[in-house]
Amino acid sequence: MKQRYRVCVLGGGPAGLAAAVSAANEGAQVLIIEREAKLGGILKQCIHDGFGLIRFGQRLTGPEYAEREIKEMLGSKVDYITSSFVTNVKRISDGGFELEIQSANGMMKVQSDTLVIACGCREKTSRQVFIHGDRPAGIYSAGTAQYFVNIMGYMPTKRCVILGSGDIGMIMARRLTLEGAEVEGVYEIKDTPAGLARNVAQCLDDFDIPLHLSTTVTRVIGDKRVEAIEVAKVDKNFCPIENTKRIIPCDSLILSVGLLPENEIAQKLDIEIDFATKGAYVDQCFMTNVPGVFSCGNALHVNDLADYVSESGELAGKYAANFRPSQRDIVKIEYDSKDFLYVVPQYYDVTQGGELSLYFRSKTDCKDRKVYLDFDDDTVLDKKYKRLLPSEMEAVKVKPKKKVTSATLRMGDFK
Amino acid sequence: MTKEMTCIVCPNGCLMRIEQEGDKIEVFDAICKRGIEFAKNELTNPTRSITTTVATKFEDYPLLSVKTSGEIPKDKIFEAMKKINSTIVKKRVKVDDVVIKNLFGTDVVATSDMTLDVKTQRLID
Ligand SMILES: Cc1cc2nc3c(=O)[nH]c(=O)nc-3n(C[C@H](O)[C@H](O)[C@H](O)COP(=O)(O)OP(=O)(O)OC[C@H]3O[C@@H](n4cnc5c(N)ncnc54)[C@H](O)[C@@H]3O)c2cc1C
Ligand code: SF4
Repeated sequence: MKQRYRVCVLGGGPAGLAAAVSAANEGAQVLIIEREAKLGGILKQCIHDGFGLIRFGQRLTGPEYAEREIKEMLGSKVDYITSSFVTNVKRISDGGFELEIQSANGMMKVQSDTLVIACGCREKTSRQVFIHGDRPAGIYSAGTAQYFVNIMGYMPTKRCVILGSGDIGMIMARRLTLEGAEVEGVYEIKDTPAGLARNVAQCLDDFDIPLHLSTTVTRVIGDKRVEAIEVAKVDKNFCPIENTKRIIPCDSLILSVGLLPENEIAQKLDIEIDFATKGAYVDQCFMTNVPGVFSCGNALHVNDLADYVSESGELAGKYAANFRPSQRDIVKIEYDSKDFLYVVPQYYDVTQGGELSLYFRSKTDCKDRKVYLDFDDDTVLDKKYKRLLPSEMEAVKVKPKKKVTSATLRMGDFK
Repeated sequence: MTKEMTCIVCPNGCLMRIEQEGDKIEVFDAICKRGIEFAKNELTNPTRSITTTVATKFEDYPLLSVKTSGEIPKDKIFEAMKKINSTIVKKRVKVDDVVIKNLFGTDVVATSDMTLDVKTQRLID
């Protein structure tokens, strides 16, 4: 292994693989460090299809998508190590970074001019959602259940309840049903499903799995193993309504209550975290507030499509390879938090210039809206949307023609 | 008769309105043609593709992810699953290699490459 790389990529999922390939294409010496034994990230266990429509123009399964990215990486001049965990990272005096890596061969150190954080996201756990009662065996996150069924070939349940209507939860509802389990129902505290409409149709409706909106799990019952759970309807303030409580016998509770960007490494470098995305603040080059550190994929914000993840990786890798320390001239991209859940990137660095790819989510489910981007007094983009949903990320691209001193993304009605 | 239907062809998931009178089917609010095609198919002969896993005889690769290369009738999904779950893969296959031939008019093919031997590390010098 080289002592020093131009770019070290943390994480070998689709974001990290794309970042490494694009950095290598720019002539950089690149190392990918992956904690698991195999490359490909979470896609290895996402055996359903729907990936790659944008990137490959084809409906691929997760493993197929991952494999294409792995093969492309193998065909480029990229170093990688797997079963290796980045435990610490610090800045060194020449402006670069030193990584501590725990691997099968013991502890080692490697230096790099730049870093690309592509560590993906993790699932929220039962501790992050408030449920009373016992903590018996049989409470899984949807991703863990997915790992059991699709990678280990082990059925974690015969009859279960799913809390949360995120996509992974709905996809697991179908998967468990196909393999012979009974999914009693999916319970969602909000009054709209969290995941895509097509997953409600093809994962729940197709199999007559009921989706109970404005309903939540209030108690877990069971000593060693889940024996039943209690659900209740909630009022406008998400408070359970006493006389709607109901006990459902089951052996498992599966949680699909959302994903959080993985930021353990970012915290060690004092990278600023956006409260809205729970990922780093970045500019259009995917560079964080720490010069030389880039963030992409689900570590930056939870994407709904792997295609966008790869795209962000590609850009982050390219910019990391070409990074030169310089004065930054940062313009914050303003938005109204009543209209938008979040906007990424959060900054435009005028000294870097170039194209701005903006990703955003609307705050509410709304129809017939127009989204505008203003640079100073000029509206440089306006785009109509028949419908905007918090669960569906939107992307727009613009290339500023003049020097930008202020930028605002805003929303209005049309018709 | 009027009904609503979600198109499942792409992540847009258009909510379509369908007017059906006898053999005449009219579809509204689909962004593209594929939605119209999906709706008509859904009312006459609904089909789905399946993605699942098959057991293999290889200890280092016990489970292979697979899909139906085309679609099968929706009401045959569980029968198809039974067939898939009683199959054991006996040779190492690549993406798109056929694992089960002609299952309700389509093939079951691999979606991962059992022959792809990715080393635990590669360090170019
Ligand atoms: C359970 C689950 C199911 C999902 N299902 C879908 C889906 O169906 N469709 C979809 O489009 N998206 C899905 N997603 C989102 C999915 O994460 C993205 O589409 C995509 O895989 C994200 O790519 P990534 O490279 O950012 O992250 P990942 O694929 O998660 O890859 C991150 C990699 O970084 C490694 N890593 C993390 N920390 C370290 C460290 N300190 N040192 C070394 N390596 C590290 C991890 O082991 C992992 O391999 C799912 C996510 C989860 C958690
Ligand atoms: S109608 Fe077209 S755009 Fe709409 S969901 Fe179907 S395939 Fe996608």
